[in-house]
This record gives sequence, structure tokens and C-alpha cells, in this order.
Amino acid sequence: MATVAPAAEETPRTAPARRGWRRLPVVHQLRQSVGLQRGMLVAGLVLTAVFLLTALLAPVLAPYGYDQLRDADGAFGAQQPPSAEHWLGTTVGGYDVLSRVIYGSRTALMVIVVAIVLSLFAGVLLGLVSGYFGGWLDRVLVVVCDAVYAFPSLLLAIVMAIVISGGQSSMWGGILAAAISITVVFIPQYFRVIRAETVRIKGEAYVESARVVGAGHWRIMTRHVLRNATRTLPLILTLNASEAILTLAGLGFLGFGIEPTAAAEWGFDLNKSLSDVTSGIWWTSIFPGSAIVLVVLGLTLVGESLNDLADPRLRSRRSADTGDVGETSVVPGGSLGAGPAGLAGIEGTGGNAL
Amino acid sequence: MTTAATELAAGEPAQEDAPARSRRGGGGLGAYILIRFLLIFPTVFILVTTVFFLMRSTGDPITAALGGRLTGAELAQRVQEAGYDRPIIVQYLEYLGNVFTGDFGTTLSDRRPVTEVLATFGTATLELACYALLVAFVLGIPFGRLAAYARDRWPDAVLRVFAILCYATPVFFTGLVLKLVFASGLGWLPVAGRASTRAEIELQFLEDPTGIYLIDAIRLGDPEVIADVLEHAVLPAIALGLLTAGVFLRLVRTNVIGTLGMGYVEAARSRGVAERRLLRKHAYRPALIPIITVIGLQVALLMGGAVLTETTFEWKGLGFQLAEYLQARDFVAVQGIVAMLAVIVAVTNFVVDIIAALIDPRVRY
Repeated sequence: MATVAPAAEETPRTAPARRGWRRLPVVHQLRQSVGLQRGMLVAGLVLTAVFLLTALLAPVLAPYGYDQLRDADGAFGAQQPPSAEHWLGTTVGGYDVLSRVIYGSRTALMVIVVAIVLSLFAGVLLGLVSGYFGGWLDRVLVVVCDAVYAFPSLLLAIVMAIVISGGQSSMWGGILAAAISITVVFIPQYFRVIRAETVRIKGEAYVESARVVGAGHWRIMTRHVLRNATRTLPLILTLNASEAILTLAGLGFLGFGIEPTAAAEWGFDLNKSLSDVTSGIWWTSIFPGSAIVLVVLGLTLVGESLNDLADPRLRSRRSADTGDVGETSVVPGGSLGAGPAGLAGIEGTGGNAL
Repeated sequence: MTTAATELAAGEPAQEDAPARSRRGGGGLGAYILIRFLLIFPTVFILVTTVFFLMRSTGDPITAALGGRLTGAELAQRVQEAGYDRPIIVQYLEYLGNVFTGDFGTTLSDRRPVTEVLATFGTATLELACYALLVAFVLGIPFGRLAAYARDRWPDAVLRVFAILCYATPVFFTGLVLKLVFASGLGWLPVAGRASTRAEIELQFLEDPTGIYLIDAIRLGDPEVIADVLEHAVLPAIALGLLTAGVFLRLVRTNVIGTLGMGYVEAARSRGVAERRLLRKHAYRPALIPIITVIGLQVALLMGGAVLTETTFEWKGLGFQLAEYLQARDFVAVQGIVAMLAVIVAVTNFVVDIIAALIDPRVRY
């Protein structure tokens, strides 16, 4: 679970180590889930696992290379329908569709990992510093992040892609460009969540005591605040992973993708299949598109289930004999599902909603 | 492209506002509107500034667009004529002044003011966005209510997977599949464009057209043209609308479940109010309020989605045009359109926030 693993390391271990793996995110939720929710979580985990395995084993699984145009029998030919040699047909450029779909998962995974690692570092650090020290820096950062957040993320990613690579590039250039473009979009999300948590935790008695004992700012921030502020991260990570794929595909579809000879990218292939669709050629678009849908579906199912399990209002309860009591809402301010200025925020004021 | 993440961050302000509200001891609607209005300026300023410096960090737009096609001397002359050789800070201040007076620059490739591009193509995007929102409302709200009511039973499971699928499918892939099935497969609907050539020509004869084809076609009074325009709109509207429908469905579901568990619903139930009425009147209506605020966030999502949908369906709107300028490497146009969209998004969010405050007094702070 490459997308989940980084979070696992940062999870607050409030309980002693003997409860160990059961407290890990995902494992814990899996044990806590029941019925339909467990089904959704398991389905999501299976899809995610298939995606990861495909990405890791791409050279073994793919019958041809992603940029291979011919084999011993000669050229593949363009827009060939599915056959014994090419199970999913060939593209307009004469590549094997199946191989490009398989290799596309590699590109997607690399972009996700780079984007999440970068935005996690930047967003968490900024949110922590901003929330902890407050003052004018905090205000400026909040306004900047709000402004960036309100902006269409795809347009922001386009601007970043232009800046980084001028529009087109080699494999690593393209992967980095896509990942950094996505990072810029994500930073405000991590920033907001971590900052809100930090502001809350800052007022706790144990932070006060640490200060009295003479702990430095850095120590308090990392040991006392950060460890307790990361509860929501696994959830945001899975959701952002799926968003990263969609943004990457969107960029690729608009022609900001990676050159077909440098790596396989699903969005780019869909862009090339646009003209095929008009003439009824379906295999060049359906397969890369389905790959995107399945991966995003898997990641979203995992994220969704984690969200629902974390919210007591949404969690299906199993009968009373279980010892495994669920966590209360991990989301500051209530449910993720509640809208902006939503009822979750308002409920606390105890109003009559009608 | 955000759903749950949007909702997550969207939930934040409410939570942060709570202490602010009590600290300031309330405050009237007037003060709220004023503060909210003043917030537009830093938002727009930050975005315009960010986009300017990001775009300019790659070099000047003329070299980007024409580099390689002109000799070094010609290029240098063009750059100098356009004033791109001056210090960046001077250019920035000039640009800021221009933006403040409503001048977003002139495109390099076809020498049109960016504001004119917006006026020409913006209406098409607006039309598409309206259709998409309509689809989203029609699908999202009743199904969200149904899912909440049938919570954890099979209709709920089916609808939730549907909502996640709406989110998981990129709009351009939805568009491609719709095209494959209904346009090139079954041949029921046109493949691309906003109207057939014949209808386009007829529409051009109209005096002072609104640019919104449906309105123009109705004014023209030709039923064939109206049908033609509507036929062209169906697939793009569904492709873009499904994206938002999923968000609405989930939001309505979560909120109805939330309100169903509240004290006053319980109280009404104990008074003997029928379940049906309970759902319809007591739980459902307050659950709709957050939707109004989410529409504000959807504007940003729709803008991004419109770029992709319009490219898929050759719908000649702002997004399609933006993609064209990107292909032509006309970064003045890209920067102008992006900056202008920033203004539109900021203003729309302002309007939506005000509407939300008018409907629900608890939003004000």
C-alpha cells in the first residue's frame, strides 16, 4: 500500500506498542467495519492492490514495450482491432493498447508518490508553523491558501505545467512536472487541516506543560503537536491520490502529458483516441479510460470508507457485543460529508434547524 | 475534481468561524456582506500576482510562442516592442494597473483583447454550465434523498457506488463513452459541436444574439433549430453534469442522515408525524442549505470540467478556446483567461456566500 504506508508511520501511537498493528490505519478500520461498509472497504483495497501490483510488475505483465511499434513479424499497424496478438488492439500511433494500459499504471503510481510526498512535506510544515506561531505569517498564509484553494485546480496545474516543462517533456521531466503541478493544488488542503488541528492542540494542557518544562518550539511542534495532528491524514492521502490521477489524466488529455516514447500515460492516450471515437473505434479509448476509473474508484472507496468509519453519524454499527469501539470523528469540525458552513459546524450551536 | 476533499475543506470555515462569531458578538448582515466583499480583492490580487510571476518565470511570452520561428534579431525587436525587456517589476505594476481597469491583455496568436474572447466564448461556457447544473440537480438531489432514506440497504449501496463512479470517471472519458454509444454507435445524437452548420448559419442572422444558443433559437422561432441546439447539448450536459451530480448526491445523503438523527426530528416523530412527512419536511429541507454553498465551490470545478468537456465535444466555449491557445503556446491569452476566471470565481463565491447568509442566518458571522 504505497499510498497508505507513509501515513502509517506517522500515526499517533497513543496506545502502547502491544496493540501494534491493530491500531494502524486501514487495519484498524477494517476490523471496525461491518456489512456494506466492509464490502466497500475491501473492494477498494483489492482494486488498489491490483493497481499497485500492475505498476510494480509492468515489465513482466505487458506483452510488448510501451513504445514498441514492431516485433519480429513486422509493424503492428495502426488501429488494429483486438486480436490474438494484440488482446486490446493497437492505437492510432501503432502501439499495443494493453501494454500501454499496463505501463500507464507505473506512470500514475510514480506521479502519485512524488506528488503526495511533496505536498505532505510542504503542507504539513506550513500548517504546523502557521498554526503554532500564528501572527501575521499565519494570516497571510491562510488568505493565500484560501485563494489558491478556491481556484480551479486543473487551471492551476496547467499554469504549473507550463512553468515547469513548457508543456512537454521526457519521462522523469513529465512525471515531475505533473507531480509538482498537483502538489501546488494539494498544499492548501494539508495546510488547512494541519493548521486547524495545530491551533486546537496548541491550547491543550500538555503543550502548556511542555513549555513550562522548557521544551523548545521545534520539539513541541514535532513531538507534542504533530503527533496528535495527523489523524486525518490517511483519509486525505487516499483522496488526494485519486485526485492526482485525475489531474494527471486531465493534463495529459489537454496535451501536457508525457511523450508516448518516454512513458505511457492514460490521459494522453485518451486524447489521441478522440478522433477514433467518431469513427466508432472503441478499443483505444475504453481501456485506458477504464483503467483510470478503476484506480480512482479503488482509492476513493478506501478513502470513503475510512471517512464513514471515522464519523459516528455515518458508521454502521454492529451489534453491541463487540469490544472494538470506533473512534469518534477524526475530522476537525465534524463530518467530511457535511457541506461548507454545513450542519456539522452548526449543530454544535444547538439550533433548531428548521 | 474534488468531491470529498472539497467537502472536507469546505467544512472547515464553519468550524473556524464559530469562535470568531462569538468573539465579535454576532454582527449584522450588512457587516458580513461588506467584509465578504472586501475579501474578494486580496483573493483576486493573490491569484493574479501568482499567475503573473509563474508565467513570466519561464521567460517572455513572445519567445515562448515564436522562438525558433524567428531569427534572434527579429525576436529581440518583437520583445522590445511589446515591452517585455523592461524590469519585471515595472511590467508587473503595469499589468496590475491594466487588470484593475479591466484590461487583461491582448492575445498573441489572433490579436484580440482577452475580454473580447470572454465575451464571445463565455456565453457558450455559461450555457453548458447551466445545463450541467440542471442535470446535477435533477439527478443528485432526489437520489441523495433516496439513498439517505434507504440507508445501508441496496438502493443506498447502488447509489453510493454510482456517486463514486461519477467522481472517479474523468469528464472526458464520460464524454468519450457517451459519444461512442449514443453518437457514433446508435447515431441518436450528434458527435460534437453546439449546433449543425445549417442551424449555426440561421442563428447568425439574428440581430444582437445573446450567444446562448437556446435563447437565440427560441427567439428565432424555428422549432427545427431549437431541436438541433438541444440535441447537441444533451451529451456534453450529461458528461459535465454527472460530475457534479455525484457531489450533490453524497452531500444530500450525508446531510439528510444527519438531520434525521437530530432532536427535533425525533420530537416530531414522537408527536406522531408520518415518516414520509418527516423525511420530506423536517429532515430534507435543512439538508439542502449546504448545497447552496457547495455550488460556489462547484463553479471552480465546473470551470476545470468545462475545459475538458468542451475539448471533448468541440463545444466552442472558453475552455475550448483556452485549450486552443495552449496548443498555440499563446501564454498571454492563457494568462489573461486564467486571471479573468480568477475574478469570476471570486465574485461567484461572494454571491453564493451572500445568498447562503440570506437563507440561513447562522452562516453570518
